[in-house]
Amino acid sequence: MSYIFTTPEQQQEMLQEIGVNSIEELFASIPPELRFQGELDLQPAKCELELEQEIAGRAKQNQAGSGLTCFLGGGVYDHFIPSVVDEISSRGEYYTAYTPYQAEASQGSLQVFFEYQTLICQLTGMDVSNASLYEGGTAITEAALMAMRVTRRSKKVAVLKSVHPEYREVLKTYLKLQGAELVEIGTADGTADLEDVKAALDEETAALVIQNPNFYGNLEQVHELAEAAHEKEALLICSVDPLSLGVLKRPGDMGVDIVTAEGQPLGIPMQYGGPFLGILACRQEYMRKMPGRVIGTTNDRLGAPCFVLNLQAREQHIRRDKATSNICTNQGLLALRATIYMTSIGPQGLKEVGELCCQKAHYAAEKLTAVDGYELAFDRPFFKEFVLRCPVSAKDVIDRAAESGLGLGPKLSQFEEEIGSETENLLLVAVTEKRTREEIDSLAEVLANGISERMLAQHA
Amino acid sequence: MRNEQATKLIFDLSQPGRRATRFPQADVPVKPLSEYLPADQLAEEPPPLPEVTEADVVRHFVNLSQLNMSVDTHFYPLGSCTMKYNPKRHERWAKLPGIGDLHPYLSEDRIQGMLAILYEMQEMLGEIAGLPAVSLQPAAGAQGELTALLTAAAYFQDKGEDRKKVLFPASAHGTNPASAAIAGFDCVQLNSTKDGLVDMEELKENIDEQTAVFMITNPNTVGLFEKEIAEISRLMHEAGGLVYIDGANMNAILGITRPGDFGGDMMHYNVHKTFTGPHGAGGPGSGPIAVRDFLGPFLPGPILTKSEDADGNPRYSLTDPEKSIGRVRSFFGNVGILLRGYFYLRTLGPKGVREVSETAVLNANYLLAKLKDVLPVPNGDRCMHEFVASAKTLQKEKGISAMDIGKRLLDFGFHAPTVYFPLVVAEALMIEPTETESRATLDAFADAIRQIVEEEPDFLHQAPHSTMHSRPDDVAAARKPVLKWSAQ
Repeated sequence: MSYIFTTPEQQQEMLQEIGVNSIEELFASIPPELRFQGELDLQPAKCELELEQEIAGRAKQNQAGSGLTCFLGGGVYDHFIPSVVDEISSRGEYYTAYTPYQAEASQGSLQVFFEYQTLICQLTGMDVSNASLYEGGTAITEAALMAMRVTRRSKKVAVLKSVHPEYREVLKTYLKLQGAELVEIGTADGTADLEDVKAALDEETAALVIQNPNFYGNLEQVHELAEAAHEKEALLICSVDPLSLGVLKRPGDMGVDIVTAEGQPLGIPMQYGGPFLGILACRQEYMRKMPGRVIGTTNDRLGAPCFVLNLQAREQHIRRDKATSNICTNQGLLALRATIYMTSIGPQGLKEVGELCCQKAHYAAEKLTAVDGYELAFDRPFFKEFVLRCPVSAKDVIDRAAESGLGLGPKLSQFEEEIGSETENLLLVAVTEKRTREEIDSLAEVLANGISERMLAQHA
Repeated sequence: MRNEQATKLIFDLSQPGRRATRFPQADVPVKPLSEYLPADQLAEEPPPLPEVTEADVVRHFVNLSQLNMSVDTHFYPLGSCTMKYNPKRHERWAKLPGIGDLHPYLSEDRIQGMLAILYEMQEMLGEIAGLPAVSLQPAAGAQGELTALLTAAAYFQDKGEDRKKVLFPASAHGTNPASAAIAGFDCVQLNSTKDGLVDMEELKENIDEQTAVFMITNPNTVGLFEKEIAEISRLMHEAGGLVYIDGANMNAILGITRPGDFGGDMMHYNVHKTFTGPHGAGGPGSGPIAVRDFLGPFLPGPILTKSEDADGNPRYSLTDPEKSIGRVRSFFGNVGILLRGYFYLRTLGPKGVREVSETAVLNANYLLAKLKDVLPVPNGDRCMHEFVASAKTLQKEKGISAMDIGKRLLDFGFHAPTVYFPLVVAEALMIEPTETESRATLDAFADAIRQIVEEEPDFLHQAPHSTMHSRPDDVAAARKPVLKWSAQ
């Protein structure tokens, strides 16, 4: 393939216009000893048809699509994506545009992001939202850095261990070189113990970071955790599942100061982990400390209302090393997808998705724990996801289920975490609105027939 | 033609009871949610999202899309952003079943096809950089910078050295100092020479045993190759420091010269620029980094490794480097964008990749030649893949600013160049045509600028004249920010 749209003859004429004889001369400023000699060691070019066939072959080596009924969870979920989301976000006018620096040439994207910010405020019950960050883990991290600026406490951030282990890893990476301590509070029973939390917070803590529903799918005591944080004048940062907010109270109504979320459930395909959507919204008073792109309204020179990038004075291209963050983009295309998704399902749809997930997850929990040897790891209220304690190693269960076309995971042992005791047999199970009763029943059947007896025998 | 009804805010289109998407009845036995969820967290009613029909949704967002300029519709010579054509085949392939719908926690043996692709991408990026150790994890260029700086910090710490200073030239992207500050370094900005290159004397004065990293964009943001780069690297290495190459301008040098060959120790790519992952109206990007072997053990995990199984078949695994700095984001990376970059490199091959840079540099020099007599280019008659013109004289003599020219170009159906960056050129217009434009487009763009500089200044101050809005008041927006719609 080639995407060069000038002919060799035209290129010759262009060289003449420049006043050189060859393209090679244009690279004269590169010292010859620094030039790369020969040809890059890359595979030879393939045309569209050839590469499509190769990729189709590669795709077959992956278990997905119709070959997999997805019960996988852990922050990424197989939710239904209405066709309008794909159709509209496939428009080149959106996906081949760039950051709306030229407001006059970008009113479409700007209005979409303004609507996105409004929808996120409506969804979370917060006052202001930015136009999005990279993904859930960096959103939590940016929120923690923001809380340090707001509280002027730069030494300490506390986080519950029930927050997604990968989000906590990101937090750790970023805080380390800020010289700030990350205090991790154990959640051995599947949610936080309020006394442990109170003991871990002090006057130097900038924020308490929680997730609700948490990594195990369980609901934390958000009101009480907010009180505990506020008692020490620390902020409460809560990462939420956006699709839980049709049935669960909004974080803004439960005392949360900064809400973050992984926006993947809002119409974004799983894509082996990204690109996703980092949601961040906060209370009005923290607006100018908020990281990331923000869109606002103003008037044009004739007085007509329109949209512009706003609060740019916080950003890296103006403030450089004093910026609130080094981020210089938002996740525009994903914010567009989430905007279309939310407007397309509306309040009633959001409620129904939440109800379906919650009902089906509880049905699944009941069916799976009816199988001999399987039980819930935690006795806590959960939303759409739960931790299953298996009679054999979670890896064996995952492998066996995969043979029947059922996707399970992650197993908790892959995160090197100690939850109470042993994680070897612990498995996350997520049930979205897409899973049918039949699929849930066949999972229970696979566990009953395939795994418990046969493997118990092996392990005996 | 404009549909003003459809482009009202979606909230003003809302009518109670409408909706675009329906969900099925539950097919499992249901109980009241209060049996499952704690009473103090149960919502009494769902959030007040707008209620619209499917036709409303479609008309609204399709009409809004038409208020954008984009690569698919317009020439978009936004300097430093490499707004090249985005091949449609990439869009199809990235969404294929078995490619676009993989859950990140599927076990390795069930996604060998995906892991093979990502492994090959790692290898290709290492080869093009001349820096063999690669992490695909960073979500964007700015995160790539930060990741590389954290990698460098871990390296120095491992050696028991306490180095706190990061140097960068005044022409650097704002993300360089912002990333360095977040990584916990002290920032030292160096002035550029009047030719737009690194001032070697100033560099020498500032290098000491505290210096950790020198961050440099090469070719630089003025569009010039830093010809002293080998000497810069030698000085940095002699002092025990590392050289970071901001890869924003890789489109100029693919297969021509490699950061690893001219002394760089670390670099990031912008896959959404150089390798044509679309820009998505501001993101997603993807900012993988490539580093020297001795920095490999510090990269964030997981990275991909290849081995052979008992039958001699390739086996791809996810592993954490030995002394890894840890994650900079959750999950593997912005795989959707990495895939598009992968498809691009595979359809181009080594010759096609080099041809990209050759043509990008040709197009930029051609445009420079066509414009320099009306729009001076302070840093010389030649450039790499982009050049920075200055409206300083026009501003002084006629009151025509870089902004005026950029805004007026919109009336001609061209997106504006990057204006007022880099900071080292007064009234800067940074123009990057990319390799994917025809000569006819370049000629028309040059003609437009030649016409604009002859126009009445007052007319230009009020440009654009053909767009729906003109000259939004940024100052008023910031003074009293309105960041969301509210019910009246």
